[in-house]
Amino acid sequence: MVMSSTEIERLSYDVVVIGAGGSGLRAAIEARARGKKTAIISKSLFGKAHTVMAEGGAAAAMGNVNPNDNWQVHFRDTIRGGKFLNNPRMAELHAKEAPDRVWELEAWGALFDRTPDGKISQRNFGGHEYPRLAHVGDRTGLEMIRTLQQRVVALQQADSYEFGDPEAMIRVYAETTITRLVKDPSGRIAGAFGYIRDTGRFVLFEAPTVILATGGIGRTFKVTSNSWEYSGDGHALALLAGASLLNMEFVQFHPTGMVWPLSVAGLLVTESVRGDGGVLRNTEGKRFMFNYVPDVFRAQYAETEEEADRWYTDQANNRRPPELLPRDEVARSINSEIKAGRGTEHGGVFLDVSSRLPAEEILRKLPSMYHQFKELAGVDITKEPMEIGPTCHYVMGGVEVDPDTAASSVPGLFAAGEVSGGMHGSNRLGGNSLSDLLVFGKRAGDGAADYLEGLAARPSVSSADLDAAMAEALAPLQRGEGENPYTVHHELQQTMHDLVGLIRRESEVKAALGELEKFKERAANVAVPGGRAYNPGWHVALDLRNMLLVAECVALAALERQESRGGHTREDYPEMSAEWRKVNLIETLTGDTVSLTRKPVPVMRPDLLGLFDKSELKKYMTAEELTGLPSTDASAAASASEEGH
Amino acid sequence: MGYKAALKVWRGDAGSGSLVDYEVEVNEGEVVLDVLHRLQATQASDLALRWNCKAGKCGSCSMEINGRPRLGCMTRMSVFAEDEVLTITPMRTFPVIRDLVTDVSFNYAKAREVPSFTPDPAIKPGEFRMQQEDVNRSQEFRKCIECYLCQNTCHAIRDHEENETAFAGPRFLMRVAELEMHPCDEADRREIAQEDFGLGLCNITKCCTEVCPEHIKITDNALIPLKERVVGRKYDPLVWLGSKISRRPEKAGTPAVPGKR
Repeated sequence: MVMSSTEIERLSYDVVVIGAGGSGLRAAIEARARGKKTAIISKSLFGKAHTVMAEGGAAAAMGNVNPNDNWQVHFRDTIRGGKFLNNPRMAELHAKEAPDRVWELEAWGALFDRTPDGKISQRNFGGHEYPRLAHVGDRTGLEMIRTLQQRVVALQQADSYEFGDPEAMIRVYAETTITRLVKDPSGRIAGAFGYIRDTGRFVLFEAPTVILATGGIGRTFKVTSNSWEYSGDGHALALLAGASLLNMEFVQFHPTGMVWPLSVAGLLVTESVRGDGGVLRNTEGKRFMFNYVPDVFRAQYAETEEEADRWYTDQANNRRPPELLPRDEVARSINSEIKAGRGTEHGGVFLDVSSRLPAEEILRKLPSMYHQFKELAGVDITKEPMEIGPTCHYVMGGVEVDPDTAASSVPGLFAAGEVSGGMHGSNRLGGNSLSDLLVFGKRAGDGAADYLEGLAARPSVSSADLDAAMAEALAPLQRGEGENPYTVHHELQQTMHDLVGLIRRESEVKAALGELEKFKERAANVAVPGGRAYNPGWHVALDLRNMLLVAECVALAALERQESRGGHTREDYPEMSAEWRKVNLIETLTGDTVSLTRKPVPVMRPDLLGLFDKSELKKYMTAEELTGLPSTDASAAASASEEGH
Repeated sequence: MGYKAALKVWRGDAGSGSLVDYEVEVNEGEVVLDVLHRLQATQASDLALRWNCKAGKCGSCSMEINGRPRLGCMTRMSVFAEDEVLTITPMRTFPVIRDLVTDVSFNYAKAREVPSFTPDPAIKPGEFRMQQEDVNRSQEFRKCIECYLCQNTCHAIRDHEENETAFAGPRFLMRVAELEMHPCDEADRREIAQEDFGLGLCNITKCCTEVCPEHIKITDNALIPLKERVVGRKYDPLVWLGSKISRRPEKAGTPAVPGKR
């Protein structure tokens, strides 16, 4: 097969958004609102993005259910959840702007569940002090994606009147995959190269700005709640373009994934089950989470079942149930119970809502969970407990970005949502993802528009780069003989699951790095039969490069960080370290080599630091960091009005 | 526990195609999509099929299994006898791209014709107030995962290509109903439901409801009430009088249909 760059379809845009989930669509809407000609690249059909899998809700301190809620309390919860490793500016912007982003969705047609006085209802979730998650039953992500999708359509309808063409200013390229970003000689982004699935034809989007909104990396692991799209494309594209990744060791294992039947192992069971009253029990029938409340959270969590149960109706006078600890804590606790021999025969524990809520309430609040268990496992959750265990769910690490503009270190390259890093520190709170997508999706759209407005001339793409990108993409089809890419993928998933999973040890992570070298060689020799038209074997072969790069970054960072924090648990370093709290791990790619450096975590502004009691900060920070810090009454500071902001 | 299932899978493209026989291992608890994935990973790496969430939430893996429109991820193998031959074909109403993948762009074109949510411009974000009982109806329709199985099944287009221009199909008539019943939508969509989206072509056989994997009562809760509203408008004495005295009928609130009017 001889190809030249003349066989590439060339399209010109101001902004190219890679990814059509929550952050991608929100970014595209903003870029279009700023008058920029915008392309949305979707790996699947429009409206199928992984965001539809989000169940619980979008966290935003609107104070509709508990008027004491405000951005300061949300900020504080987010930092606590991330174990003080979050980028404080990102957590601040997120907490402040989330309510506006949620209200905006309502103005675009979203129909959230309501409070009795007609406002958006908010539900409890792990790590959130007050009921905070705007939701629609347990299908909030679907509501969000559909609303954003319909907003894009509304903009296209307006454009069809204004320009006579609905796609004049914003167009969705469905079932299109980007395999390389291209830059001009000065190192600025010049476009994105990829293929369109139906025919396999190549396409070059010429654009001075690219917004990565590709989501996560879950397909690198065996037991995952993530779809096939989550192959770390954006993480890898950023590395290959010269951008840096931040804290890739932090991978969130959601505590409650299905464990049986095997074919659905990993499938998400929403945290709302616990937020709405569900409890975790081991095979001895014991609510074991009371045994696992760590010191840093002791003050905020109930010590008895009675107090925990009272909290659902009286939050002012009782502390929260320990089932609602942040996800990292709950996942580790479940793992410990299973290891201690108190797990089910399928390797899980019980999550029970049947003995806690009337059947009709379960059906109303958790309809899709009812549906999922009934149809896939033959379990009626209104009558019997669910069997659950940890599942790879989310990566906190990602592209290092400027908090205000979402800009990466490569001029013209932006990142928002799961593919970006920093916002969630070492562990993300449930509900903070959907709000993150909206807040930083909008900011990325603005960031790209601002960058474009300061740009003197459009960058150009070199034909050598295009030839190289095309050759790389065609290689698996042109190798006559070679290994099946599905085999390599399955074994990679198993290796990451076994050696760099929920609990890590130095020897195992080192072994994984050795294995990854072998996988790289094998991936370079995979071959796929068939042609270019809609050939899934070819797509897997191309995704392998990204999954392997991401796996290497996760393993290298996991080896480096000698402590346990959030989504990174080292059996050989089980404690959280105040010294390590000051360290961000940064990874870049030079040639084929990933290199890792340490960088200080940005310092929290005094007014934000003042939201915490000094006694709490002592649990996280070094004595040196705490010198000169006044003793504050955090609760008073948090309930103060928005003075100065 | 495990057994070998006999499958006939449609392979081909827009030009031609045929059923191809395969034998694939099946394990306990698996769904049709698991078996197709195993087929892909071990025998037919270029077998084209769509899927994403594998949890009945994204609506990608629509196909016809023994002639019945279903999601591959929500169809358990245990509903079939072990010696039953499974025939797996693409959705029949839409043009084939390759194997089990069809060109569903018809649906995206129809989606773009439905006038968007039209709230009172005076209401600012954050100021919307709606009661739960008033949003329940539209919320049911918003459970739709856009798998297009209803569109595929509805005989008004499945067997009548000539209706494709005039008829939006159950999914998008339900979208019209959803907005019509949205407590904060100001547009009157009754006329366009009939004139532009072909509500009259629906003869309430409920095939759409039967195949809906989200169990949305499309016919009973969306299409029939929409028909009743349309009739209610037609026999509204003011509208009737308006049309009799040769003035344009009362059009206030009827939105334009993008791409159609």
